Amino acid sequence: MNAVTEFNVKDLNFYYAGNVHAIKNVTLPVYKNNVTALIGPSGCGKTTLLRCFNRMHDLYPGNKYEGEILFKGKNIFSEEIDLIDLRSRIGMVFQKPTPFPMNIFDNIAYGLRLKGIKKISDLSERVERALNHAALWDEVKDKLHASAYELSGGQQQRLVIARALAVEPEVLLFDEPTSALDPISTSKIEDLIVNLKKYVTIIIVTHNMQQAARISDMTGFMMLGDLIEYDNTDRIFTNPAEKLTGDYITGRFG
Amino acid sequence: MALQFKKNPADIVFSTTTAIASFSVIIFIIGILYVLISESSPAIGRFGIKFLASTDWNPVKESFGALTNIYGTIITTFLSLLIAIPVAIGIAIFVTEISPNFLKGPVGAAIELLAAIPSIIYGMWGLFTLSPIMSKHVEPFLKKISADIPFVSILFQGTPMGIDILTASVILSIMIIPFTASISRDSFNLTPPIIKESAYAIGATKWEVVKNIVIPYSKIGVFGGIVLSLGRAIGETMAVAFVLGNNHRIATSLLDAAATITVTLANEFAEADNDIYLSSLFYLALVLFVMSFITLAIAKYFLLKAERKYSR
Repeated sequence: MNAVTEFNVKDLNFYYAGNVHAIKNVTLPVYKNNVTALIGPSGCGKTTLLRCFNRMHDLYPGNKYEGEILFKGKNIFSEEIDLIDLRSRIGMVFQKPTPFPMNIFDNIAYGLRLKGIKKISDLSERVERALNHAALWDEVKDKLHASAYELSGGQQQRLVIARALAVEPEVLLFDEPTSALDPISTSKIEDLIVNLKKYVTIIIVTHNMQQAARISDMTGFMMLGDLIEYDNTDRIFTNPAEKLTGDYITGRFG
Repeated sequence: MALQFKKNPADIVFSTTTAIASFSVIIFIIGILYVLISESSPAIGRFGIKFLASTDWNPVKESFGALTNIYGTIITTFLSLLIAIPVAIGIAIFVTEISPNFLKGPVGAAIELLAAIPSIIYGMWGLFTLSPIMSKHVEPFLKKISADIPFVSILFQGTPMGIDILTASVILSIMIIPFTASISRDSFNLTPPIIKESAYAIGATKWEVVKNIVIPYSKIGVFGGIVLSLGRAIGETMAVAFVLGNNHRIATSLLDAAATITVTLANEFAEADNDIYLSSLFYLALVLFVMSFITLAIAKYFLLKAERKYSR
């Protein structure tokens, strides 16, 4: 496995406005159709790194990237990259469910409509497929026109995943997707993520080390902006090369 | 059993003073309402509820009705909102979503400064600067382009004098833009960044995020802001008094002079030489009081609803 790379991160440095050096010389390959987990103590830069992949930092002025992230052979920081196109190919799911102020159907169809798909039959078909992929169809098929806010937190998070899937992205970024959810909803989302890697490449940031161990193929351990170690998940959790990694996963600090 | 605290004398003084201060507000409202009702009771007795529907305003024959004033108030308020709302929402969108950081401060400060200018200054500026511009340039232009459009041309009949409904509405709109803009801005800022980010993350443009996420999310707050501005426009006196003329007729042309409730009150108390005239003015003030109270209540209702929605 691990043959094809989806991203090649090369000497990536990232500075928040005010020259705060948040990512330091990070280099790693991200493999296609794998789940790659980023773990590390709070403030280590794992979310910051995740948000580099879809250039979320561009929304706020003063942030600066150095180095490159190659996606399909192209540096995503280069001038010729169309941000709108990039973000529709690299979806993102956040810490808290983020349904839009509209009904369930329109939430899923939102990204499709942005892409110019208008025909209601096309929309319905793709909405149903996305909801099926997110394991939510059976729960919402009878209330597609109800407000998305009526769903439970776990359902909302799966709705958001379905919304991201509907535009058929190549990559999904997850930023601690279960941190606001109960254990049952969490395990549903974890099962979903494992199933989804057939279709998309997944990068997930998580605070929960058991979660990283359960669902990921590759794990990167970060601290203070450095990528300390990056390897197969099994190896990271059983026989890490770095003492820091071992200390962190055995709970000696955190 | 209720918890008992030992009463500290300083505490008693403190809580009593604050309580008195608070209750005085209620007493003032009741007092004002009492004066309005008692002073207007002769007019209420003579004209009754028909006062609201009568277009008479004839001090010589001692026959009074509020309709021309209510009409003037409603039409200037409506027109000013029509002008102000798009501009104000545009400002709010620019300040919250589009403008670079270094511009946010100055634009925000300018809006607040605009809101702080005393209304008499708006009135003076309206009379000496805006009114000539309206009569020489804007109104002839509007007359010309509307001349051949049926119905619309009725709105611009008459001689462009610059002292008319249109000029008064423009002044009013400039006055209420800062209110609507700053309340809309605050409502827009209540949209959780994470929701906006998820729209961007799916490939939405700035305009799509504003249109589909920010505005739907904050529409209740914006609506509350609009109703608050409406309340302000209804009650505004000095800014319109100079440029509205004082004409107790129902004018169909925007280039006609008119009278609002507030302008009539400001202009005519001095010349009210008999009891029923004076009492009718009080009756008019009572009508204004009720109109303002209702708009304020509506605004509060929506702002409260918005707050509850966001705090969930």
